[in-house]
Amino acid sequence: MSALEVGQVIATTTYALSRDTLVRYAGASGDFNPIHYRDDVAASVGLPGVLAHGMLTMGTAVQPVVDWLEGSGDDSGVLGWVSSYQVKFTRPVVVDPVEGAEISVVATIADLDDEARTARVDLTVTHAEKTVLGRAQVVVTLA
Amino acid sequence: MSVNPELSGRVLPPAPPYLVGREKVREFARATGSTSPLSLDVQAARAAGHADVVAPPTFAIVVQEATLAQLLAEPDAGIDFSRVVHGEQSFSLSRPIVAGDELTATLTVTGVKNRGGVSVVTASSAMVDADGAHVVTAVSTLVVRSADGDDA
Repeated sequence: MSALEVGQVIATTTYALSRDTLVRYAGASGDFNPIHYRDDVAASVGLPGVLAHGMLTMGTAVQPVVDWLEGSGDDSGVLGWVSSYQVKFTRPVVVDPVEGAEISVVATIADLDDEARTARVDLTVTHAEKTVLGRAQVVVTLA
Repeated sequence: MSVNPELSGRVLPPAPPYLVGREKVREFARATGSTSPLSLDVQAARAAGHADVVAPPTFAIVVQEATLAQLLAEPDAGIDFSRVVHGEQSFSLSRPIVAGDELTATLTVTGVKNRGGVSVVTASSAMVDADGAHVVTAVSTLVVRSADGDDA
């Protein structure tokens, strides 16, 4: 494996969320709050539309890091594992029933700790060119 | 009504043990856009040294949910679920969660702040495996808006 460097961008990816994605996540997670699948309920509590679960956005945004750690299908072996992950939910992601919503993730190495064998990866997560997760930081324990 | 400040420091009884199922791990992985062989393919997980498929980094939210439900059900909590917004979330793991783990989660309220019609509750759910060893701590920050016209 080549040396890691602070500032190195390890992934730039986009994910398409649809109403189908939301229903699938509701079932998988057990979060059946209807603001994540019913337009009438979302409107009744003053929301601009049906929202993606914050935890769906958080869970999806870390996937490029997981892919990077697992070598994205080549034979380089597993680089490490995600030992901590934190976010602030700063802005909701409205998922249009027809168009869906796209989230973009840029993952950058922000810090390296050679002694602890960890790397901190910061995520920039945007929807419609606005940040939706603040202080999104992943700590990776290197193998 | 604001959130009861005396909740701070309260430790709830452990939730019933949660058995992490292989298909649940796969279902959660697919639902969060994962294509990770370690989460989907038992052979790939075993080849990498794991006992079974590896849960994605945010999987512990599924286990934490039962403890948050306990908190909302505390009779003196004063937390109206319909007014709760998820503010922040973190996971700190001692090791990856794998299928077959039996996790027991215990929630501690680590903070309650009431200010300007908004309450911020921080709940930390520590999860141990069947041997009592720490696996993950999931921390949720919940923002609870007071009812309209209530400045408490």
